[in-house]
Amino acid sequence: MSGSVKHYIAWRCAQELQSGVVNLGIGIPTLVADYLPKGLVTLHSENGILGVGPEPDPNEFVVDPESIELVNASGVQPITALPHASYFDSSLSFTIMRGGHLDATVIGALQVSETGDLASWAVPGKDVLGVGGAMDLVIGAKRVIAAMSHLSPKGEPKILPECTYPLTAKNRVDTIVTEYAVFKFREGRMYLVEMVDEISLEQLKEMTPASYEVAEDLKVVKRESIGDPVLV
Amino acid sequence: MSATLDQIQTGVQFLSADEAVKKIPKAASIMVGGFGFPGMPRHLSRALVEQTDIDELTLIMNSLGSVSTLNALFEQNRIKKVIGSFFSTNKDLVKAYREGKVEIELLPQGTLTEAIRLGGAGIPAFFTPTAAGTDLAKGKETRVINGREHVLEHSLTADVAIIRAHKADKAGNLVYRKTAQNFNPAMATAAKLTIVEVDEIVEIGELNPDEIMTPFIFVDIVVKREEV
Repeated sequence: MSGSVKHYIAWRCAQELQSGVVNLGIGIPTLVADYLPKGLVTLHSENGILGVGPEPDPNEFVVDPESIELVNASGVQPITALPHASYFDSSLSFTIMRGGHLDATVIGALQVSETGDLASWAVPGKDVLGVGGAMDLVIGAKRVIAAMSHLSPKGEPKILPECTYPLTAKNRVDTIVTEYAVFKFREGRMYLVEMVDEISLEQLKEMTPASYEVAEDLKVVKRESIGDPVLV
Repeated sequence: MSATLDQIQTGVQFLSADEAVKKIPKAASIMVGGFGFPGMPRHLSRALVEQTDIDELTLIMNSLGSVSTLNALFEQNRIKKVIGSFFSTNKDLVKAYREGKVEIELLPQGTLTEAIRLGGAGIPAFFTPTAAGTDLAKGKETRVINGREHVLEHSLTADVAIIRAHKADKAGNLVYRKTAQNFNPAMATAAKLTIVEVDEIVEIGELNPDEIMTPFIFVDIVVKREEV
């Protein structure tokens, strides 16, 4: 997937987030931060900060015992803290997540089912030795936005009648954003609410084995050219 | 009851890292603080690696990166089991697991932190919606509460916690800095023996009581971190 496609998906996710407190997962979701309205959305990171700022300027960043104690959920990437930031321990951080206090999370997805099941942490046949905070995040956030390429790198569909990969959580996805379309779950049904004008409804259906309805107010949009077109 | 500064003795010991890790029994369960780099007790980890007669260990920790000092424990075959949430990127651990040398129990990160918090709080088990309907709930009791499926998880305690804080006072009260709190405050409460490494030790009274994050009652041994 090219850098510009990733940036488009990230930009489109950000259009869903105009206020509140949000946790961004790794991968495409990390890019969402660049497109959020400044000051209106506050970012939470599960390693213990509310009020994540941008990465420090590498030309000014000095590695010292204090600066290396401020990182994002990768555990190693230095960040900055905004003026209203607070720090806390893992218990409080997961109280924020599991307790239903986050307005939204944007999370990468391997598969999403037509009932809103999410698979994002494991691939069958491989050792599964890491889950991190994804399950707690998805179970607790008021909105779960799955940011994903429409097809796998091998060209296989990822939006399916049922997930074939191990689940992260059942029935928790609220919105799916891909480079071609936006789907929303309303009262247990999946709706196509937006698609780009470069493909037809039939082409989209072919790439999307999940059963969904076309929303009455379907928007057909021109894909914005977002971000750096160079591959990332 | 009044007490002057020079009369106060909390029983917290101030030792070197080598002296401190000698208190860890063989076959101990050890909670290790840290989330990635911040809050990782690197100085105590190195002392533990060098104390080679302590083996058959169970480690309880969020994750173990590929460059952690503790990786030497796998090469030395001193780890029996690891409980935590993210080990995929650690080649030494993955290798030891595939060779059947190490058992891994995977928990969602929020379940891990709550299990430690409640272990320290004397509550033996809890229901959480996290992992319901997933492979990580297999074999676990479930119950529908308020219309939602929950998984019964058991709390965690340990023989020892090795943690890191920024400062301790001479009573053993602790403060942490930035994102280096993570699992450390909860682990301090959940172990029989809590050993903490700090950047700085200050006099009693220098820490503002309003800002103390771990009171000395949860601390047994303080080690001042040497420059490495």
